[in-house]
Amino acid sequence: MDYFARYFSEKKIADAMVLIREDFFQATLSTLYITLMSTLFAILIGLPLGIILVTGDAKGIRPLPRWLMSILNWIINLLRSAPFIILIVLLMPFTRMMLGSAVGDGGVIVPLVIAAFPFVARLVEGSLRELNPNIIEMAQSSGANTWQTVFHVMLPESVPSLITSFTTAITTILGYTAMSGAVGGGGLGNLAIAQGQQRSNHAVLLAALVILVILVQIIQTFGTWLARKSDKRLKN
Amino acid sequence: MIEISNLSKSFVTASGTVDALRNINLTIHDGDIYGIIGMSGAGKSTLVRCINMLERPTEGNVRLDGVDLGSLSKKKMQEMRHHVTMIFQSFNLLMQRNCLQNIMLPLKLTHMPKDQAVKRATELLATVGMADKAKAYPAQLSGGQQQRIAIARALATDPKVLLCDEATSALDPKTTHDILTLIREINQKLGITVIVITHQMSVVQEICNRVAILENGTVVEEGDVSEVFSNPKARATKRLVYPDMSAGIETLGTEHNQMVRLVFQGAEAATKPLLASMAMECRIAANILSATTRTLDGKVYGTMLLNIPGGPEELARAVQYLSGTGNVRVQVESEYAQQMGQTPTGEEE
Repeated sequence: MDYFARYFSEKKIADAMVLIREDFFQATLSTLYITLMSTLFAILIGLPLGIILVTGDAKGIRPLPRWLMSILNWIINLLRSAPFIILIVLLMPFTRMMLGSAVGDGGVIVPLVIAAFPFVARLVEGSLRELNPNIIEMAQSSGANTWQTVFHVMLPESVPSLITSFTTAITTILGYTAMSGAVGGGGLGNLAIAQGQQRSNHAVLLAALVILVILVQIIQTFGTWLARKSDKRLKN
Repeated sequence: MIEISNLSKSFVTASGTVDALRNINLTIHDGDIYGIIGMSGAGKSTLVRCINMLERPTEGNVRLDGVDLGSLSKKKMQEMRHHVTMIFQSFNLLMQRNCLQNIMLPLKLTHMPKDQAVKRATELLATVGMADKAKAYPAQLSGGQQQRIAIARALATDPKVLLCDEATSALDPKTTHDILTLIREINQKLGITVIVITHQMSVVQEICNRVAILENGTVVEEGDVSEVFSNPKARATKRLVYPDMSAGIETLGTEHNQMVRLVFQGAEAATKPLLASMAMECRIAANILSATTRTLDGKVYGTMLLNIPGGPEELARAVQYLSGTGNVRVQVESEYAQQMGQTPTGEEE
């Protein structure tokens, strides 16, 4: 009973209702904006990097020097092992250099991209490695160069798998946006921390959680549907 | 003309160096359908990949019309592969692209304008008998149909040479026959040299004019298909030509000495019942132990293993009688062969 009295008192629920009416819509848009922008840039960097991880491999179609591949792998692993909240703080000077300010929505997008592109690169690497090696051999035996093999064969053949990977990326990044409150970024995460946790109003926390759950469900359902629809291997 | 000279290929593996091919020398003439046959692990796939330089030979070289393919620049090598194309056991079609787009792939690689590429691919669909499948995806096709699309794709850039790597090994006998017929048509109509890699003697028998037998990375026998078939010399060849017979001989025990092998090289099938007339005329009732004969255009090809009852005298009479008939070669499979003063190859015709 104490728990409910403390976190879900009538007054707090009334406060929460006001917040939900006035701030939640804006916060949801903010979350979506941060998520989509971060995902976009993470893919722009992570996709080519993932391709290089596969083609530049010792057994890939265009092996790169071993030391270079080691460095790439090392950087990716390093960035992936850093907790996001630490990354945000460490990257503040860099964010300020890029955007002139390290706070606000932009302040969270920059560290999010840095945190997410190595993850996307690994996802892309996984998708491309799933490809039947015979298909790559076919491309090579047809006289395709590295560029053509990637763009006419590897990527088109991996589309369903890449869609699945990018869906995973979006939902993961959506989760990360919750930490945007730490640098004054907007969004549901910030609202939940500032209004819900710090003011002990768990009704706000729950409301934010419900919206995030719904967003993840929608994105995942749509991603899965798109991946299935794009896959021509499934006979209909 | 493809000249393979002193070609060797070794792979470095964790457990040491493996010699996949050793000192291969072959000449494949324009217009040939050249079979390269061997058991799995003999090195066939490595050899065919050395021909289009997917695998770089460790030693020796491959010349196409006098040009050493190993010396080509990367760009020239890619260009060469538009002239030496390949089909595969697993077809290797792009599963996310429809048939027309699959056939257009090599044309895209050569930067042919799209409208021209569509026109060419549509023609090729008709060539392989798949005109109605332009918009179908590979997953909707049977294995034989997929291989037809793969053949159309291989023909798109007007190649000089078509490499077939176990192209029919995943297909049922009827479909295999259809695909081989298509390959022969392509060879004859378009004058494309075909190199067929297979482990099935029947494939070589059906379409090849020349054959090389590969065992443990070396060519143990090479020549005209009819010659190699009717007179196999190397042990590996005999195993391939008479796959079912060695087992039979062991179980026959004491009757070893009374066996005769008939090799049909296009004998008239219907005109004369050979064994029945031998029974009537010589009073020798031969027993058929095994037969791997087939009839093509009314003529018989293949071998038949006979048990001749009686002693050496009956055997000699049987050999004499059988040798007197056209297009049949007789071999005595016994220790009596030498006593009778005959070489195991017997007489011809």
